[in-house]
Amino acid sequence: MRIIIIGCGRVGAATAVALDKRGDHVTVVDVEARAFERLPTDYSGVTIRGNGTDEDILRSAEAEMADIVMALTEGDNRNVMAAQLAKHVFGVPRVIAKINDPLRAGAYRTLGLETICRTTILSQALATAAADGAAATNGMVEEPTAEPMRGAPPSGSRAEAEAEAAVDEEAVGDEAVAETSTAEEG
Amino acid sequence: MYVVVIGGGNVGYYLTRELLQAGHEVVMIEKNASRARQIADELGSIVVPNDGCEGRYQELAGMGRADVIAAVTGDDEDNLVACQVAKMHFNVPRAIARVNNPKNESLFRQLAIDDTVSPTRAILGVIEHEIPIHDLLHLAELEGGGLEIVEAQLTADSPVIGRELRELPLPEGTSIAVILRGSRAVPARPETRLVDGDRMLAITSAEREPELRRLLIGD
Repeated sequence: MRIIIIGCGRVGAATAVALDKRGDHVTVVDVEARAFERLPTDYSGVTIRGNGTDEDILRSAEAEMADIVMALTEGDNRNVMAAQLAKHVFGVPRVIAKINDPLRAGAYRTLGLETICRTTILSQALATAAADGAAATNGMVEEPTAEPMRGAPPSGSRAEAEAEAAVDEEAVGDEAVAETSTAEEG
Repeated sequence: MYVVVIGGGNVGYYLTRELLQAGHEVVMIEKNASRARQIADELGSIVVPNDGCEGRYQELAGMGRADVIAAVTGDDEDNLVACQVAKMHFNVPRAIARVNNPKNESLFRQLAIDDTVSPTRAILGVIEHEIPIHDLLHLAELEGGGLEIVEAQLTADSPVIGRELRELPLPEGTSIAVILRGSRAVPARPETRLVDGDRMLAITSAEREPELRRLLIGD
């Protein structure tokens, strides 16, 4: 599939990498050339510097041949406009816009856009994690991969001996400080 | 008339002031709180200090009974969304958007924005009138069928000089409205003969425009 991603922020870059690995033809558009530094060296897709709400830029990204356009910049309105440009001027079959305001997202779904909303995703995942545990969120809330380091080390272990040695050193230091301050008070 | 202005930059400010002076009822929505306060100090408490793209602030500004929304911020995408929200949620009869990239005009029209105003295109038009160029000038777009009024300036090497209008193989759906010769308007009759310096006003469609340009101006 030919996929154009507008906005090479964390979300845009990660999406581009995943789709590129899957074998899709990916083009990423961003106004900042530095944003492309988020892409790894083995990214094999195309990058275009420019404004994704500009018809000429989308044309140079070959939007008329795209199967999907994803508008993932930080601005809801920019995403809405880029998505509608792709849909109405270039006839792209599927457009997905990141819209973080849930009300605005609802309105634009009635105009034929697919929307993704950070607020909705996060709040749903967190509510599920609270009620049914992280495992029930299908990877959206992730469980810890190791036990936290806390409490006293098991007795007789090397870690215990090291910890005791460290405490002794600290105690010596504290006494020295205490003596100095007493002298000053006197 | 009741007008809601989105954006309190220079355009929004002067627009609001002129509308108030003309006796209209105006409310402005301006995102920047200190700019909003500054304008309110001068023009009265007619400023909603918030995001004009959001439905609830449009409601606060009385969008439900507005006759016109004029979205005149410096960002095309904000103007588009403000107008679309006003149309979708409040059914405002007339939405006017300022358009900075002139290429967005046709997109905005397609997306149910009633009127677009492009300062860029206006300035471009003035410049094109000053500098002779071998192309058609766009004078106006006609609503509906995608028609436009264009002007062709004929020079001595134009392929139609000395020919009568009836001899011209005009592109389909194209018609010559009038010919400007010096300060006179010459009616476009079949026997009208074209001379160097004529300015022909024609009505055509965007698709037929290149064909018309080749016919009147040459390659």
